[in-house]
Amino acid sequence: MPDYTPHTDEEIASMLRFLKLESVDDLFNSIPVAIRTAGGLALSPGIPEPDVTARMNELARANRSGAEDLICFAGGGAYDHVIPPVVSALASRSEFVTSYTPYQPEVAQGVLQAIFEFQTVVSRLFGLPIANASLYDGSSALVESVSMSLAGSTSRSAWISSGVHPQWRSVLSTLTRGRELDLRTFALVNGETEWPEVDRLGKESSPSALVVAYPNYLGCLEELDRVRKICDHLGAAMIVVVDPVAAGILRTAGDWGADIAVGEGQAFGNPLGFGGPYLGMLACTQDYVRRLPGRLVGETTDSEGTRAYVTTLRAREQDIRREKATSNVCTNQTLMAITAAIQLSWLGRQGLRELALRCARGTRYLRDRLVDIEGVEMVTGDAPVLREFALRTRIPSSKLITRMAESGFLAGIALENLTAGKCDESITRSDLERSILISVTEKRTRQEIDAYADAFEKASQP
Amino acid sequence: MSTEGFNTVDRGDTDLAKKAYGMPGGRAASIPSLGREFEPTIFELSSPGRSSHQFPTTNIPEFAPDELVPAHHLAKASPQMPEVSERDLVGHFTRLSHRQFSVDLGAYPLGSCTMKYNPKVCDSVVAMPGIRDVHPGTPSAMCQGWLELLVELEEALCEITGMAAATLQPAAGAAGELTGLLLMRAFHEAKGARPKRVVVPDSAHGTNPASVSLAGYEVTTVKSDERGCINVADLREVLDSDVAGIMLTNPNTLGLFEEDIVAIADAVHEAGALLYYDGANLNAILGVTRPGDMGFDIVHMNLHKTFATPHGGGGPGAGPVAVSERLKSFLPGPRPVRNPGSESPPDWQSPQFVWETPQNSIGRVHSWHGNALVLARALTYIWIHGGDGLLKVAQRAVLNANWLRVRLSETYDVPFNRTCMHEVVFSAASLKKRLGLTALDIAKHLLDEGFHSPTVYFPLIVNEALMIEPTETESVQTLEALAEALERIVDATDDGGDASYRAPRNTPVKRVDEAKAARRLVPTFDAR
Repeated sequence: MPDYTPHTDEEIASMLRFLKLESVDDLFNSIPVAIRTAGGLALSPGIPEPDVTARMNELARANRSGAEDLICFAGGGAYDHVIPPVVSALASRSEFVTSYTPYQPEVAQGVLQAIFEFQTVVSRLFGLPIANASLYDGSSALVESVSMSLAGSTSRSAWISSGVHPQWRSVLSTLTRGRELDLRTFALVNGETEWPEVDRLGKESSPSALVVAYPNYLGCLEELDRVRKICDHLGAAMIVVVDPVAAGILRTAGDWGADIAVGEGQAFGNPLGFGGPYLGMLACTQDYVRRLPGRLVGETTDSEGTRAYVTTLRAREQDIRREKATSNVCTNQTLMAITAAIQLSWLGRQGLRELALRCARGTRYLRDRLVDIEGVEMVTGDAPVLREFALRTRIPSSKLITRMAESGFLAGIALENLTAGKCDESITRSDLERSILISVTEKRTRQEIDAYADAFEKASQP
Repeated sequence: MSTEGFNTVDRGDTDLAKKAYGMPGGRAASIPSLGREFEPTIFELSSPGRSSHQFPTTNIPEFAPDELVPAHHLAKASPQMPEVSERDLVGHFTRLSHRQFSVDLGAYPLGSCTMKYNPKVCDSVVAMPGIRDVHPGTPSAMCQGWLELLVELEEALCEITGMAAATLQPAAGAAGELTGLLLMRAFHEAKGARPKRVVVPDSAHGTNPASVSLAGYEVTTVKSDERGCINVADLREVLDSDVAGIMLTNPNTLGLFEEDIVAIADAVHEAGALLYYDGANLNAILGVTRPGDMGFDIVHMNLHKTFATPHGGGGPGAGPVAVSERLKSFLPGPRPVRNPGSESPPDWQSPQFVWETPQNSIGRVHSWHGNALVLARALTYIWIHGGDGLLKVAQRAVLNANWLRVRLSETYDVPFNRTCMHEVVFSAASLKKRLGLTALDIAKHLLDEGFHSPTVYFPLIVNEALMIEPTETESVQTLEALAEALERIVDATDDGGDASYRAPRNTPVKRVDEAKAARRLVPTFDAR
């Protein structure tokens, strides 16, 4: 039976003699016999590494992956971006991979400094001065941002745009179930959130925060000045869900006046990976620093005055504050954060801008081709889009996606699967069934896009 | 150091004394000396205009930025990212990695964190393109391999824990805790009950009470008794209809098995409450006993601990939650299930595995399906070990912890000195009194010895706690070397000599000024 323990039979016997025990079973005498697992676990016997690898390879072959036979035009919060060999090589260094939370800073300067650099790039991407060391994914960053706004407010409600990823909204509503919050959702109309008019707003039911996505789930760029005005009027925090790739050319969340910005950082060096592990990013203004969830790394010095890094403001965290902590996060996604810091350093200032532009150009080129097809139209009208867009065709999108797969494309995300109900008020249920969300990354060539458009024209015929 | 004493020392066992162990292992003392310099940040290594990115040739027509996006959305300047060559990028992050202790470097006996060796094969499995490069929004018929993998993992975890069904969505242990508590809440609400409190022992991890609050419950703390366990009579006093459940770690954070667990479970169930199992210490009981057989209703697991997925410098983890039959319908969805209607052989119209949202589901707890690549590593580990292999893991983890307990019991206080499970909690209380040597001092001195420190000052109920979890993947030679290092720290102080310096001194930086970091917060390079 294969395993990774070093003990020889002789050593086990001698260790037991040292403990004055007869057998290994004696180690477990404190466990009542009635609850012992008699006869062992009903699992298959262990098999050697090569056999397991072969079995996993079979499972892998039962998937159609972006790398092999389905050219990926799906996005919706998970994107098929370039991951260069240099980033994979650095991010898979075993010192980063097999260490843990830097509780002993003297032997964890590598991880601590990498996190410090990650915090700095997130702060710059979002245009806000404070960023934490990572959260699980975009949805958990969203939940934590709403908690931060609630912690500083007497309000028990938050207003959420339907343009926020429907699966993230579902997570928000699940994880706040116990706290009896009033989460009000505001529909999109033609790609833009229909917030109430400022002059019609009383203050009686003021939310702790307004949450808006930029670009939103349907790919549209919303006017954030309006959101800031409503927040000022209501005394609410402005939370912006940012696509950090789009941030390569767009005004930053901080520049638009956001108090807190969150985002999904998968796009920076982390593979699609069937949805995880991804990377929750969160940045905020100085006012929120004491309510920041999870780890925060700060610069300091050692006892000889040498520059050093350490996790700081630890009194916020669960292991010290226990039931009074505003978040329970402990283990987060450090390796993904380090990977993102490496990828962003590889991209550099020019590369990040180029990345956003390349996505936007490919998107524009494909969109122009697709809307020329008879019976195909934009779901969101004339709203500006950047790297993702929603189309309505004449057939159910699930059918469209199945047909497109026959031509070798993962065509997009079927909007009929929206789990959290309505997204755009101007779309009816039957419209939604015929709608598809399409994304183009810097990896897609003109040839691939042309082939996609040709296949789409055929596949979208009723 | 000399190995002479190592080979001849008598540990009360003639075989051990006779046998030369060979060189002590597991110390990271051979890593290069790194001098006293800091590594500049990537920002300081940048030069404007330098870059290392390369994009594919795509031949897509050019559009000017303001043709793509209305001008008022465009930034005046792009965010200031680092600007380095590929060579400098590699140099920087390689040097950073040299300033980092890890399991691959040496023994990492960080109690409660199960820092065992992470088999490399698990990393190679998740590097397969058919596993790694699958979009999570792929229609289920086109990713049957992934659904099968997740179903297989769920079934294995249910067998290991003795539960009926599980969700794989929670991304870490704390996320699993909150998920489990929300399941508890949904269970009571479905019966029209609204209890307000959850009982947590004083020895619990900090995430437990934090999660209880986030789930909208109040925490009731129950004290550990003089044996370090929950006293059933004390527990009965706090149990009433207002209690939704109790969160227990078993073995608990003192490394001790709650011997009265069956009576505890009965008392909790009589009160109409549920038992929640914090799986942080599951490694100790794999194949020996199961939470479900102890009477637990909800179990979270830390796959990065028990099933050896790499800890990644503080994540990613994975925190699946398994439940008993009566809680199954509340699980988060969608969850992958075997399709009862599937034809054999399965085809695209009727796939073998499908997504299904449970009838009374509390909803999603993850953007997608959980930390899938972590889940795939854990299944790889489980398949390699099988039932027997997992039992061996637990046996050897417990053997190692007990060997260290006895080996060091003359040097260090063992507040609860009886057979422990996978970890042992020592106390430096008398050393502090006698020599002024605190748990923190010992932790820092141990770094100089080439070992990672134990968890210190936890559990909170032990003064000057040093919590050591050697794990099953360390050899007895490494344990001996660790024990000698821990003895040396005390001996040197006792002699009034060497150890009175302020450790550590062999590490890339000396004792780090934590107070200064908090006093003047510098969370980014721009705040310097």
